[in-house]
Amino acid sequence: MSAMPFEDFETAYETLATAIDQAGPEREALFLTRLALVLGHELGDIAAFRKAIETALDGLE
Amino acid sequence: MRPAGKGALESLYFDYPQFAAPRVPELDGAAARHPVLIVGAGPIGMTAALVLARYGIKSVLVDRKDTFNDGSRAICIARPSMHILERIGAVAPFLKKSLGWRFGRSYYRGEQIFRLEMPQPPGEKYLPMYNLQQQYIEKFLHDAVAASGLIDMRWQSELSAIELHDDGVSVQISSPAGDYRLDADYVLAADGARSPIRSMLGLRLKGDNYEGRYVIADIRMDHDFPTERRAFFEPAGNPGGTVLIHKQPDNIWRVDYQLREGESEADAVKEENLRARVGAILADIGHTGPWELEWWSVYSANTLCLDDYRHGRVIFIGDSAHIVPIFGVRGLNNGLADAENIGWKLALVLLGEADERLLDSYSPERRGATLDVFANATKSTRFMTPPTRGWRLAREAALSLSLKHEFPRGLANPRQMQPYTYSESRLTPYAGRDDEFTGGPVCGSAAPNAKLGDGSYLLDRAGHGMIAVLFCKGQPDAEQTALLEQLRRIDKRFVPIVVSSGGSASTAKTIADADGEIARLFAAMPGTLYLLRPDLHIAGRWKVAVPAEILKTAGLCLGSETP
Repeated sequence: MSAMPFEDFETAYETLATAIDQAGPEREALFLTRLALVLGHELGDIAAFRKAIETALDGLE
Repeated sequence: MRPAGKGALESLYFDYPQFAAPRVPELDGAAARHPVLIVGAGPIGMTAALVLARYGIKSVLVDRKDTFNDGSRAICIARPSMHILERIGAVAPFLKKSLGWRFGRSYYRGEQIFRLEMPQPPGEKYLPMYNLQQQYIEKFLHDAVAASGLIDMRWQSELSAIELHDDGVSVQISSPAGDYRLDADYVLAADGARSPIRSMLGLRLKGDNYEGRYVIADIRMDHDFPTERRAFFEPAGNPGGTVLIHKQPDNIWRVDYQLREGESEADAVKEENLRARVGAILADIGHTGPWELEWWSVYSANTLCLDDYRHGRVIFIGDSAHIVPIFGVRGLNNGLADAENIGWKLALVLLGEADERLLDSYSPERRGATLDVFANATKSTRFMTPPTRGWRLAREAALSLSLKHEFPRGLANPRQMQPYTYSESRLTPYAGRDDEFTGGPVCGSAAPNAKLGDGSYLLDRAGHGMIAVLFCKGQPDAEQTALLEQLRRIDKRFVPIVVSSGGSASTAKTIADADGEIARLFAAMPGTLYLLRPDLHIAGRWKVAVPAEILKTAGLCLGSETP
């Protein structure tokens, strides 16, 4: 998986935080699920998508 | 269930006949041994009897009821099933009464997100799907049973005990005309999802139950909409639950709706609650006129089947062997394929034209088909009735994205019935020959059809035995002629179909394919041979005929030993 330059990644981080607030607590789960489906589709690589899911699930506690 | 004040069989559109229990020879001390006893005169049992009758095999068909099914239940007949009905000589009334279709629509919060379009290749004789109430399906099959002369139909006759022997089966039958013992070489158990025979033999269905429950309700109304499958996700008329709407003949509409989480089944099937919900759904689809309630039932999705469909000389067909979710319309269609599969094999065994070993292929082939249904049904059932918060959230995300984007829309595809491919079967030993072809129907799949110049169809020429479709430039050469002759010696019912790229007019012996359309459909060249089984599944195909392999395959289809 190609990594983003740090500056872009920081912008992604900020954009995501703003968007979660914009969705609001009632819709944040739906928003994040939609985002994951859109990103998964654009990624076009099921192995990379599975790996991303594992990374995000790992250490949730 | 029916509205208050109505009897269980008081229908708005269907007149139920009442059949008496016949006085049978067994009651007068005649101890005939029957080749086949079929238990259950539903669509599957009657079809099995008719397939056997096609080969001249007599059967006794018993049913504990005195008439047809109490409701419309299984309403979708798929194209392969129409071919089965054609082969048993019963398709004409089905074509006349049923409503054919190939399109569907899925909606999310009232907006269309998916257009279902089932393929209709130009050479096919039948549409992908036909809607017809189960009572009519049973009536039309029963008319054929009554006309057959080879089927001893006994209504109000209940099997009360069963005893298996090495060379046959003995059963006890109870009927108002009296109780008696009946002996048969084989028993086909078509006695439904709650199969008493299955219980008596101590056999159990295994698999999964799903959470979602549906009410299926029939109503009568004047409603102007074509025969299509409509699926509504999150509709205003049934928030929190999916709705399906199908058109049936006689102005009857099927409205299926999912119960909300935590909603009690007992409350949901109360008439006033049902009327309120159906009314809201109808308002949602713009029907403001009057409607009448006909019949309703409740349903939950299961994927359950027997480990082995054969238990000695008892063979399970239809719902007694497998229960599948309704969304893929595979319950009836899979059962009809069971009936045909065991029908031709058992008939040839009883006639002495095939070895009993052939019956061993029934369970692997048809159970394989059920497991294939499960794989698809599990996907569509999870989409129709998401079982957990994760599945619900993922579905809502996908559906809501579908409003503006193409990519998630395929998830709303109902994955309707495709005929199963017997490529793994021991009757399909040379499936590896598929590698020689680029395209065309694969080994084990149902043969495609082709329309001929005179308006008839390629598969109209099939008989009751093995079929070879041979592609030639002109006429078969000496070697090909010898091969066809050898096939005829293996199977006296063998029918050769020669497709010739030369010549302009079809004859009784040869089909003219001057423009090469049939050759293209089969990815064939001169010398290509397709060997079909009596159920028109492809037993093998060879880009250039290999006589030894073709003869071996034909032998296997008649029960010879594995090569």
